[in-house]
Amino acid sequence: MLITSIGQGLLWAPLVIGVFLTFRILDIPDLTTEGSFPLGAAVTVSAMISGQSAVVASSLGFLAGCVAGWVTGVLDTKLHMPSLLAGILTMTGLYSVNMHVMGKSNVPLLTQKVLTNYLPATWSVDLQTIIVGAVVTGVVIAVLIWLFKTRLGLSLMATGDNPAMSAANGIYTDRMVILGYMVSNGCIALSGALIAQSNGYADIGMGIGTIVIGLASVLVGEIFLHGRQMWVRLTGMVLGAIIYRFLLTVAMGLGFPVDDLKILSAGILVVVICLPILRTKTRTRQQLKRYLKQIGADEHEAESTSSLNRQASPEGLLSRDSK
Amino acid sequence: MAVIGNNGAGKSTLLNTIAGTLPADDGELTLAGHNVTKKSVAYRAKWLSRVFQDPKLGTAGELSVAQNLTLAQQHNGSMSLSRYRKASQEATYRELLQSLNMGLEDRLTTQVKYLSGGQRQALSLLMATLSHPDLLLLDEHTAALDPQTSKKVMDLTQTIVETNHLTTMMITHKMSDALTYGNRLVMVQDGQIKLDVRGAAKDGLRQEELMSLFAD
Repeated sequence: MLITSIGQGLLWAPLVIGVFLTFRILDIPDLTTEGSFPLGAAVTVSAMISGQSAVVASSLGFLAGCVAGWVTGVLDTKLHMPSLLAGILTMTGLYSVNMHVMGKSNVPLLTQKVLTNYLPATWSVDLQTIIVGAVVTGVVIAVLIWLFKTRLGLSLMATGDNPAMSAANGIYTDRMVILGYMVSNGCIALSGALIAQSNGYADIGMGIGTIVIGLASVLVGEIFLHGRQMWVRLTGMVLGAIIYRFLLTVAMGLGFPVDDLKILSAGILVVVICLPILRTKTRTRQQLKRYLKQIGADEHEAESTSSLNRQASPEGLLSRDSK
Repeated sequence: MAVIGNNGAGKSTLLNTIAGTLPADDGELTLAGHNVTKKSVAYRAKWLSRVFQDPKLGTAGELSVAQNLTLAQQHNGSMSLSRYRKASQEATYRELLQSLNMGLEDRLTTQVKYLSGGQRQALSLLMATLSHPDLLLLDEHTAALDPQTSKKVMDLTQTIVETNHLTTMMITHKMSDALTYGNRLVMVQDGQIKLDVRGAAKDGLRQEELMSLFAD
């Protein structure tokens, strides 16, 4: 079960990295995801059916995602639309585009050679998936680590952090935002291409809920691995994707029907958003307590201060006393 | 050059129009011989730098001190694919930060969001002057600081501007600052320039005279 999660997680990792780029680096919640993910799948599967090799088809999927990102980027920056609306518009438009690309709502791969078929057939499916996922994700991460070491990458980070300051320092922020959207959606579409090949089909509905999956994985990854260096953050994203897949597999193993997975995804997202907030609260409370002790406030005083704080629960107090 | 005026007189509008954050309704804006009336903020950054009133606006909080300095150092080449981190730069940065006398020289890798307002503003100032701009815009850059830090940043400004011979335009509410610093004073009222004195005439100007002009 864990092995399967690792393989699937690695296939989903480019999506999580893509969401990370817009959500964390550019500070934009980008809903284009829901359209660019099936777009990547649709373009790749259609290209493979028309005779392209899996490598070429997957690259085309990536490029199609870049185009989708460019559209959202232009709507956002040049036409000054709120980024959420820009994402929704592109996503809605992409539904029709995907239908046209595929011709019908579900297109199966028949005898076409997918990426995993390049590996020895004697290896197990899980091993093949892990290797393909690891290679593709590895390349994506390597390119991004290189990018964020360049001046261009620094400009991208600065744009997401402080657009006013970036513009004042000669950075063309619009171009940076568009570039960020393009790379992000390219990665997301690439993930769609991998998943379609792994599933053996492209489906018009496969993008539903992907933004929630992406965001939840980003946050899960950050809970387990957080640092400032780009390679740590990107590795955290891969870890997040794998852990998220594992959680879903466990839930399925517990007998949750497939239809309930979406609400489960949403539930996981709520939990992982709340966890870091709770953690910070507890930590602040502990620090306050330690500080009060340090400045020589007696126990009684400290307790009355805590009881003033409405968030301090009795359990919290007990656990601190025992330390 | 110091620009002074009431709230709503048009000081900030003037500055924002020069910086490019507000479009000009009329007229032309020439920077170092280039007509930039319709150009973007980023384009104008080739010739001008700006220190914002809010210390948070002038620096990128998530990035380190060194990264912020790198961004400010060259206003072109922001799309370049060359590595931005060079060991040779670090010694230069350290030296520059030492001159601020704020203990920043050992904090090159610290994220700017952990610095104090005064430190951030001093860093903004250093960043704004690093590219040797043809025009430095100071937008009430000491208004958000306590009196002591404010004085320190003003002194720093004076030193940096004088050693680098920068053309500077400073907006201020403080009449004393407007009188003490710079060699030209412009007073703005109701969107019009009411007073423009320079050189000896400015040196002779008293605070009371300025006050009476304000009252009109």
